Amino acid sequence: MNAVVPVLAPAAPLPDALISLHEASLRFGEVTALDRVTLTLRRAERVALVGANGSGKTSLLRLLNGLVAASAGRRSVHPVDGAPPVSTMLFQRPFLLHLSVLNNLRLALWLAGVAAAERGERCRDALARVGLAALAQRPARALSGGQQQRLALARAWAVRPDILFLDEPTASLDPSAKREVEALIDEFGDAGMTLVMSSHNLGQVRRLARRVLYLDAGRLLADRRSDDFFDRNDLPTEAARFLKGELPWN
Amino acid sequence: MDAFSQSFALAVALIGGGDAMLWQIVGLSLRVSGSACAIGAGFGLLAGAWLAVARFPGHALVVGMLNTLLALPSVVVGLVVYLMLSRSGPLGSWGILFTPAAMVVAQSILVVPLIAALARQVVADALREGGDELQAMGAGRLLSALLLLLHERRAVATLLLTAFGRAVAEVGAVMIVGGNIAGVTRVMTTAIALETSKGDLPLALALGLVLLGVVALINLAVGLTQRRAPTPGLAGGWAG
Repeated sequence: MNAVVPVLAPAAPLPDALISLHEASLRFGEVTALDRVTLTLRRAERVALVGANGSGKTSLLRLLNGLVAASAGRRSVHPVDGAPPVSTMLFQRPFLLHLSVLNNLRLALWLAGVAAAERGERCRDALARVGLAALAQRPARALSGGQQQRLALARAWAVRPDILFLDEPTASLDPSAKREVEALIDEFGDAGMTLVMSSHNLGQVRRLARRVLYLDAGRLLADRRSDDFFDRNDLPTEAARFLKGELPWN
Repeated sequence: MDAFSQSFALAVALIGGGDAMLWQIVGLSLRVSGSACAIGAGFGLLAGAWLAVARFPGHALVVGMLNTLLALPSVVVGLVVYLMLSRSGPLGSWGILFTPAAMVVAQSILVVPLIAALARQVVADALREGGDELQAMGAGRLLSALLLLLHERRAVATLLLTAFGRAVAEVGAVMIVGGNIAGVTRVMTTAIALETSKGDLPLALALGLVLLGVVALINLAVGLTQRRAPTPGLAGGWAG
């Protein structure tokens, strides 16, 4: 078992906690994906998870979103207006059903428990926001990669979540689609949505995140404001080497 | 070659001649096997979807047994259903032995494991692609599995065609529980078996060709329906 390295210079405390992890670990058989992670997500934060492949970024997103249960430790959800915060997750390659663009949106709203009377308006609003209104009747799987990711963002927007988890949302996109999707994520953040995003693109992390969590072999080694993470020279050794591109192959 | 060419000519003559008995037999075959597939789809798709997502002690054993039942001999099914429906059997009071209903029961039992096993695999494969995302959107495991059956409806159509093919081509079960009564329970396969036993091989072969032709037409119809549905990479106007 690895020792937990003390988190250096934690981000300034913010009000409105949404989800907390306390000493949370995640194990798959003999493999420890996350090792005693403690953190709190708060309303309107923009958090980026960075680290090498296999460092536990996706596992942390899945744990925070409740897709997997912690093997040890605790995940706490803090109510918003008396109800648990609504969260949704965007994947690197969005899964769209063999349905039209519009019906994929309707399905997401139905699954989120949105009243039937509201769905039409929300669909129109979401499609307009991501620039897909003209393609509402097209088969979702006939869209380009960038359009599919925009549809996934529309699906997230329509649900109006408190927290949006994004797992390398632009990793498989060309530069133009990357810019479009990044701009939309930025808009969502500006609208007050809490964003938690894993990314290998450090430029994107600089542009979108206000708080950076650095993971190494399932351990949370740094939890800092974005400018502190990138501009100060007192990072843990592994994080500093990661930034310089000097981490060895595992 | 003589027998084959004679059979082919006879098959064409039977179809072209509009033989009423032939069409009655074809119609009954389609009704019995179609009903069995519809009933089997109801049970099999649900069971397959559930088995793809359920986790319980002995799950692997159940899946193994289900896969074993893919090789279920139709004669054994016929025999079991016969014993159940015979006057002294537990379901004898239904009074449906030697009726098309009994044949539907037997064929349904025959196709349920096939549909369930293939549906389980279809859903399990699709879950790897989209299970997490559906769960993240709020779908429970069984609902995710059912949505993935909708998503993979082409594969489902193909597996239902496979089940229909198995049902319409089997002879053992329908012979035992139907009795091959002319005009009542005689279907294509039992008619073929009868003509073979009578030594009228060209007619038996011709009936076999008609059976193949009917199944080919159904395949074609389903194929055309699928081509009209939206496909990945094709622009279309499917509005759902």
